[in-house]
Amino acid sequence: MKDNQLAKYIVKRILISVVILFFVALIIYSLMRCLPTSYIEQVAREKSMQPGSKSFEEWMKQLTAMYNMDKGIPEGFIAWLGNMFRGEFGDSWKWTVPVVDKFADTVWVSFAMGAISLVLQVLIAIPLGIIAATKQYSKTDYTISVIALAGISLPTFFFASLMKLVFSVHLGWFDLYGLVGRNYEQLDAFGKLLDKAHHLVMPVTVLTVISIGGLMRHTRTNMLEVLNADYIRTARAKGLSEKSVVYKHAFRNTMIPMVTILGGSLPGLFSGALITETLFGIPGIGYASYHSMISGDIPFSMFYLTFMAVLTLTGNLITDILYAVVDPRVRIS
Amino acid sequence: MAKKKPEGYLSAKESRRISRENRKITNEFEKKRKRKSVPEEEYVTVMKDEGNVLEIDNLHTYFFTDAGTVKSVNGVSFEVPVGKTVGVVGESGCGKSVTSLSIMQLVQRPQGQTVDGEIRLNMGDGKAYNIVNTPNYKMQGIRGNYVSMIFQEPMTSLNPVFRIGDQIDEVIALHNPEMSKEDVRKKTIEMIELVGIANSEGVARMYPHELSGGMRQRICIAIGLACNPKLIIADEPTTALDVTIQAQILDLLRELKDKINSSIMLITHDLGVIAEMADYVVVMYAGRVVEKGTATDIFKNPCHPYTIGLMNSKPVVGKKVDRLYSIPGKVPNPIDMPNYCFFKDRCEMCVEGCAGAYPEMVKLSDTHYVSCYRHYDNAQKEEK
Repeated sequence: MKDNQLAKYIVKRILISVVILFFVALIIYSLMRCLPTSYIEQVAREKSMQPGSKSFEEWMKQLTAMYNMDKGIPEGFIAWLGNMFRGEFGDSWKWTVPVVDKFADTVWVSFAMGAISLVLQVLIAIPLGIIAATKQYSKTDYTISVIALAGISLPTFFFASLMKLVFSVHLGWFDLYGLVGRNYEQLDAFGKLLDKAHHLVMPVTVLTVISIGGLMRHTRTNMLEVLNADYIRTARAKGLSEKSVVYKHAFRNTMIPMVTILGGSLPGLFSGALITETLFGIPGIGYASYHSMISGDIPFSMFYLTFMAVLTLTGNLITDILYAVVDPRVRIS
Repeated sequence: MAKKKPEGYLSAKESRRISRENRKITNEFEKKRKRKSVPEEEYVTVMKDEGNVLEIDNLHTYFFTDAGTVKSVNGVSFEVPVGKTVGVVGESGCGKSVTSLSIMQLVQRPQGQTVDGEIRLNMGDGKAYNIVNTPNYKMQGIRGNYVSMIFQEPMTSLNPVFRIGDQIDEVIALHNPEMSKEDVRKKTIEMIELVGIANSEGVARMYPHELSGGMRQRICIAIGLACNPKLIIADEPTTALDVTIQAQILDLLRELKDKINSSIMLITHDLGVIAEMADYVVVMYAGRVVEKGTATDIFKNPCHPYTIGLMNSKPVVGKKVDRLYSIPGKVPNPIDMPNYCFFKDRCEMCVEGCAGAYPEMVKLSDTHYVSCYRHYDNAQKEEK
């Protein structure tokens, strides 16, 4: 495809994405406003309980005005959107710090977990899927499939608890909770990094194991389909070794549908893993956003959810561009 | 029998038993095939006639499916002389393609196995390989080099993600490791020109989807002929192409065959193509050869009722018929073959002997053989 054609396509996609984003934000905002939990109500109730304080209604009135929630949903949304364009995301109600600060504080540990586990997934699941496909219906295939299925079926909380029981309680290799150890403050920079890495071993393992199955099954199915294709027979008829048939001719074709999955995992890198983070006491973004949402922290939740929407749309765009990279057939139209 | 089961019905228990037995058989074959080194005497033999490039002797290729054993190729014998074209005809599913895949050892394993017979490939210098026992590491040097195959689906036979030039380069570089990269590319361009494509440099940089079906088939032919094979197996090379291109492709194939002095085994169910191209014709039915001979033998004097039926069922210019002839009935179930002549149930020319065992090949002339009871009287039995 010509370069300016590609540029035109990307610009068009970005413009469409902006429209989609607007409506996504509108829906999220309306939903947040309709939540049964209201942060303002909670605060007002607490304040009114104090001796000699104003009544609940008076507090409500004052706080609603203070938090700019005295307007209706459309007006509120437009105000939020205006601030957004000025780069003002406001302060988080629950965490009482600027939204961006809280987000930056928590997102990196989640990103590290997600990224490491994604790399591990790809490194483990794709080769396993290929092996299972090339040895279809053999003992190897069945073993891999059973393990993958077990991985898919295990609930996170169960598997995480099991890991904790074995490796923390019985073997004592890892701490039960937290991102840092007891004597973290006394360590030098490298020691601090190692300490964090040590604490991330179990959560990353859990994340990897539970998601390996899906990717592996996908690779296997795609590979099987490709291995039955006519051009694979042609490759064999050329006299190529089985290795170059599978890893050169079949692999490139297997990767085409895999790109969709990998592109779709972009938002997953930043969204955090709520259950795993909670179980292992890791102060990540999944944990923070969950608590923001249940306490009705509108600025933080809005920022988090909008950011996820942006990432999802970006992921889709990247997938489409990558498609053109791996599949020459997509490049013309 | 308490309840009458429909034909071909298998209970889960029976099916399990069959697949267990199949696995036992195929594992045995696979174990034999997967050995790291095979002694030469197991696959090196001599040709019966040095004038042949390929001799197929009593070939049996079976598929061990969960519904039972399918005897796709059930005792096929014929030879391909050097520099000649042998046409193999027969209806769909009669084992033509499986025979050719057996020659390449590309039958879908582990279900598909060549269980018996010999395929002798002339390697020159009085040496021959028995393909049936040739280990895979030797086969890789034979495929694409001594024997190459052109498939019937040009649209899907090329890998969509690699450039045309790279796909031809690959086979040349593989079998000529001493050639430099530039030489390989030069040869590739030469091959593309040889199959009649102008703008060879440009086409080499294209992807398969940018070419038409006929162009792709030309590329497949270029890949097949790139290493000057002794034998070209063309498995219905023109079936997927439109009629105007068919003739071009066939002409091209014949021309190139003479240029590099190889033989062609042409598989088709188009009798016109056979008449045009073939020196010898092999007619197959239900996994067996029913008649073989020179093209003149088969077209001037078809002897097997099936061949006669085939001839009658092709439209003839200038002959007016209400309805085109078709052979009545259907092919017997491949899992459960009868123990008499496979064609008997559809045959309109049965004689008394037909109720007996499957008829042996009888010799009608030096080149013409047929397996039919009708010709037992006026032919001497083939000496084995």
